[in-house]
Amino acid sequence: MKSLLYVLSALAVIGLAFWAYRENYETQHVLNQAERLQRDIGDARSRLAMLRAEWAYLNRPDRLRDLAEINFDGLGLLPLRPDQFGRIDQVAYPVEERMVLNNPVSVSSDTMGAGE
Amino acid sequence: MTRTPLRPLARVIEARAKGENPDAIERENLRLRHEEMRDRDRNRAEGRLLVLGAMFFCAFVVVGFRMGALAGSEPAEPRASAAGSAIIADRADIVDRNGRILATNLETHALYAHPQQMVDPLEAAEKLVEIFPDLDRERLVRDFTGKRKFLWIKKRISPEQQQAVMDIGEPGLLFGPREMRLYPNGRIAAHILGGAGYGQEGVASAEVIGVAGVERQFDSHLRDPANSDKPLELSLDLSVQAATERVLYGGMKLMNAKGAAAVLMEIKTGEVIALASLPDFDPNDRPAPPTKGHPDDSPLFNRAAQGLYELGSTFKIFAVAQAMDLGLVAPQTMIDIRGPIRFGRYAIRDFHYYGKELSVEQIIVKSSNIGTARIAQMLGVERQKAFLAGLGLTTPSPIELPEARQADPLLPSKWTDLSAMTISYGHGMSASPLHLAAAYATVANDGMQVRPTLLKQSTAQKGERVMSSATADRSVAMLRKVVSEGTASFGEVEGYAVAGKTGTADKPKPTGGYYEDKVIATFASVFPAHDPKYVLVVSLDEAVETSGSEPRRTAGWTAVPVAAEMIRRVAPLLGLRPQIEPALLADITLTSQ
Repeated sequence: MKSLLYVLSALAVIGLAFWAYRENYETQHVLNQAERLQRDIGDARSRLAMLRAEWAYLNRPDRLRDLAEINFDGLGLLPLRPDQFGRIDQVAYPVEERMVLNNPVSVSSDTMGAGE
Repeated sequence: MTRTPLRPLARVIEARAKGENPDAIERENLRLRHEEMRDRDRNRAEGRLLVLGAMFFCAFVVVGFRMGALAGSEPAEPRASAAGSAIIADRADIVDRNGRILATNLETHALYAHPQQMVDPLEAAEKLVEIFPDLDRERLVRDFTGKRKFLWIKKRISPEQQQAVMDIGEPGLLFGPREMRLYPNGRIAAHILGGAGYGQEGVASAEVIGVAGVERQFDSHLRDPANSDKPLELSLDLSVQAATERVLYGGMKLMNAKGAAAVLMEIKTGEVIALASLPDFDPNDRPAPPTKGHPDDSPLFNRAAQGLYELGSTFKIFAVAQAMDLGLVAPQTMIDIRGPIRFGRYAIRDFHYYGKELSVEQIIVKSSNIGTARIAQMLGVERQKAFLAGLGLTTPSPIELPEARQADPLLPSKWTDLSAMTISYGHGMSASPLHLAAAYATVANDGMQVRPTLLKQSTAQKGERVMSSATADRSVAMLRKVVSEGTASFGEVEGYAVAGKTGTADKPKPTGGYYEDKVIATFASVFPAHDPKYVLVVSLDEAVETSGSEPRRTAGWTAVPVAAEMIRRVAPLLGLRPQIEPALLADITLTSQ
């Protein structure tokens, strides 16, 4: 009875040690993975920051103005003027097209009644 | 273990035969047994003590080793708890009110050298000079072959330059990562952003610190890692700022001015939408502070917030508004303007002769110095001081710029009656164009104080009341007349009902007295007059308009057309649609108190 207990507890120790070992390695693996992900996120963020900076640089007002001047022939862009404001009632409503009836069908309750 | 009986039969029989007491044998055996038991127990206890001692010894050895290892090793971040922390702690961006980037970060590299690791220092120096022509070859050779173990070569290099340096293949040339502050819009809003430089520098990183402008004002906020993903939102509008600077630059060149400043402010919230000062600089490559010449002429000098100027007749409306607020005058009260007013050796004159008397309204419209001085006499020194303080003209502007905080308005050391009279038409005290904009905003904001701010606001300010609402309305109506029929007739912009006041102040000589032919021309305006939304102050330094037969220096010919063009350009960008001005109600201008 006693020896069985010894054997069982020894087995339990071995099992637990194995479990702890595996957990430890798994934790290390997950930590590495998390670190890699964080690094990836950091890289992505810095890339995004770079792209945003580049976007802001390409959209700087000086450059846009120069481009508008260079492409004036094609685009004809000028600074906004006060007289360019429109009012909603200056916009014409689209003309409603009338429905065209090519082959009219006469629907009348009188004829229906007469047919019966 | 064999157990010896206490009364062995053989010995008992033998003892009985000898006539001895057999109990002695039993006692003897019992004693022996007890001794044996005692020895055994002591052995066991000693063994246990030994084991316990060994255990404690091992534990203390482990603790000691661990302490030694912790003390002797490099500290490392705990890996498992890094999850919540910021991934890259950058300096926060600065954006305008619409979220367009004004300042952001860029990763670059710094180049440094370890001469003792170099294979061929001479060739390295040769090739470095090919890549960076501004480096001194002799000096590099001296550094590379001398005793130095470390030297910085370039603080910031581009990726292309980095590749070129890598291609040299010299192991002694090394790169350190650097974070660089980038202002993608170049010179636009340079004076507000200020600029950034490096603080403490190491090989692995360098600290970026703001050196001027909002970068300096909000340095700790921008550096705080907790704010790294929350950009600082300014009240500026990038398109409006760009248009303002463009028009101001054109105006400065046309009017032959050596400097110019403009402030555009929203009245209700006190937000500064655009603030320009020319000449300007590129904050990406901030020039060093000037070592010679007048510091005010440096491009780094912010004329709008930092420059203190006598702002001339733009101040007249303050004296008139106060007199109306106190019930001393009404717009149609006639004031004696016969002059000049002599005060010791000082004489107050008008630019033109305007007759013997003028109504208060016409004093503003025609800009009569004598008339305003007479009104100031009615007010007296103490009341004038208190009123100007209420408008914020006597203390540094509360705007979030370190430069503006230092610009304390220059007030007369002894505020005499003469000072009161000269100050009433803007001479004898100096303030910045920003001060003037805030004071005009106060007048246009129904008489409630407005404090200028550079941060985006969501609600209107609740300032204290400086003058009554009726006075404020009348003052704006008078300013409107200055544009519609007075000195600022070039300021009329169709649909925007500009109201404003011109000011032309002679520049003071550094040696005392005033220049004859150098003026600061200022136009302070409010638009639209019937429902004031924005204040615009334009100031030109030494402007002169030369299209006529003789040079014209008054603000009506110089600053006003520039301001009008600015409103024409900027108002549509602000989403302000041109409106037909409602006819002025008779009781607003005619009621006397």
